[in-house]
Amino acid sequence: MIEIQNLTKHYGEIKAVEDVNFTVEKGEILGFLGPNGAGKTTTMNIITGYIPSTSGTVKVSGYDIMDQPREVKRRIGYMPEHPPLYMDMTVKDYLDFSASLKEVDKKTWKSQKNDIMELVKITHVQHRLIRNLSKGYRQRVGLAQALVGAPEVLILDEPTVGLDPKQIIEIRKLIKALGKTHTIILSSHILPEVSAVCERVVIINKGKIVAVDTPEQLSKNLGDYSKFTMTIAGPDKKVKEMLQQIYGVKEIEVQNRIRENEFSYIIEADKDIDVRKPIFHKLAEFGYPILELKSLSMSLEDIFLQLTTEEKEVN
Amino acid sequence: MLAIWKREVQSYFYQPIAYVLISLSFLVLSIYYTFGTIAGRYAEMNNLLGNIIFILTFLIPILTMRILTEDRKNGTEVMLVTSPVEIADIVIGKYLASLTVFLVMYALTFVYPIIIIALGGKMEIPMLVGGYLAFLLIGMSFIAVGVFASSLTENQIVAAIIGFVILLVINLIDPIASYVGGFLAEVLGIFSLLSRYNDLNSGILDITSIIYYLSFTAVFLFLTTRVIDKRRWSQG
Repeated sequence: MIEIQNLTKHYGEIKAVEDVNFTVEKGEILGFLGPNGAGKTTTMNIITGYIPSTSGTVKVSGYDIMDQPREVKRRIGYMPEHPPLYMDMTVKDYLDFSASLKEVDKKTWKSQKNDIMELVKITHVQHRLIRNLSKGYRQRVGLAQALVGAPEVLILDEPTVGLDPKQIIEIRKLIKALGKTHTIILSSHILPEVSAVCERVVIINKGKIVAVDTPEQLSKNLGDYSKFTMTIAGPDKKVKEMLQQIYGVKEIEVQNRIRENEFSYIIEADKDIDVRKPIFHKLAEFGYPILELKSLSMSLEDIFLQLTTEEKEVN
Repeated sequence: MLAIWKREVQSYFYQPIAYVLISLSFLVLSIYYTFGTIAGRYAEMNNLLGNIIFILTFLIPILTMRILTEDRKNGTEVMLVTSPVEIADIVIGKYLASLTVFLVMYALTFVYPIIIIALGGKMEIPMLVGGYLAFLLIGMSFIAVGVFASSLTENQIVAAIIGFVILLVINLIDPIASYVGGFLAEVLGIFSLLSRYNDLNSGILDITSIIYYLSFTAVFLFLTTRVIDKRRWSQG
């Protein structure tokens, strides 16, 4: 559906996006993740044809954005980070304008209009001036604008930025629902959002892609150890000593003292060795019961930090 | 293009700007008309139309100052550029919207010759037609300059000032040309909208002048599309 090859964008000396490659399949929700200033918006602006790239190609449904921009633009609904709203228009007039700008024919638009307004829940504010709407409603109008003309592809740049938690949940639900009928690229710097909504994640940092995978695969592959939390009844020093002797255990840290002779621990072990059974036997032998054992998978947050922070040497 | 034109015209009339400009120009014109034409018992309009060109130098930049600046400031430019339209469509749609407001201003002045005729004045119709045609053409050219100026910045006031300065230089180009003389004078003469205006206004219906104004308009609108396109390459 969307193919991006060797996409590069330079501003003079600054390399905003460098050699970015990825594809998005039809019907997929792709998360585009990266810290602020990583090149997310630049990439999206290039895909939608707002700005040209320095080199590389973007193809949507087989059409190249440089060669056949109109064909590509017809297939994309774009919601930039700041929704492009005309404050002096009513919601309804604005959507009508968007429809005629996108050359949606009048009949189609008539049948589409109410569905879109219903979907993003703006039917009751359709006669109000956009100027007088709250941030949450403006965001929805921006999303409605992207949906005008039923484009196959939706590109949403930080769609939940500046919304309150309830609105965020609503918008996420909406995006998930839209994912059933659209191909979506969604950018965000908020990790739970991406793991909640997206099937696949592209992580970008300083203009370069650092990882592409499903959120689950990323946490599986990137951790080079497995982590557990355990609660064990018994004196902490003794327990620690015992666990350290088990083959495969790398690090033990006392997390909390829960009550007299009851502690919780974080245990890191080698990825390829299952240390749970030996731990059980060893503790049983000495009569220290395990009250809780839970494995911790590496969160997207850890992965993100691992991939996007590099330790700089201090001279 | 039509969608953009329609939205911009609506926008002019949603805001006070169109009303203010139209009434202001009508007021100033009426003062000229009452104390010049009527009081002086002239049965012609050309003198009046000639006088108000200078007023257009102020009014047109105000009319066009927000036409492209606003889109950049509010981020609505993204919506226009990522729609399946050409940049030329955007510029022409916007230009036609400003022109529409100008035409409303312009149409109101038709009341003056009617009053003259009603008062029993004998008007020379070819002169009148020539005068109005010249006025329309110069208005079209000025608006193109104004639209161009508003593509250069995202600040309305700065756009108005740039437009005003360009139009002022164009107005003063004849005295400047005659001062410098020689080859430079001829070059400057190319940009002299007024000398051609005076020809048309005195009833000389010269087709080359008409083409000149239309080309002048086209060149400025083309430059506007280039400015927008150029900026797409350099922004983030």
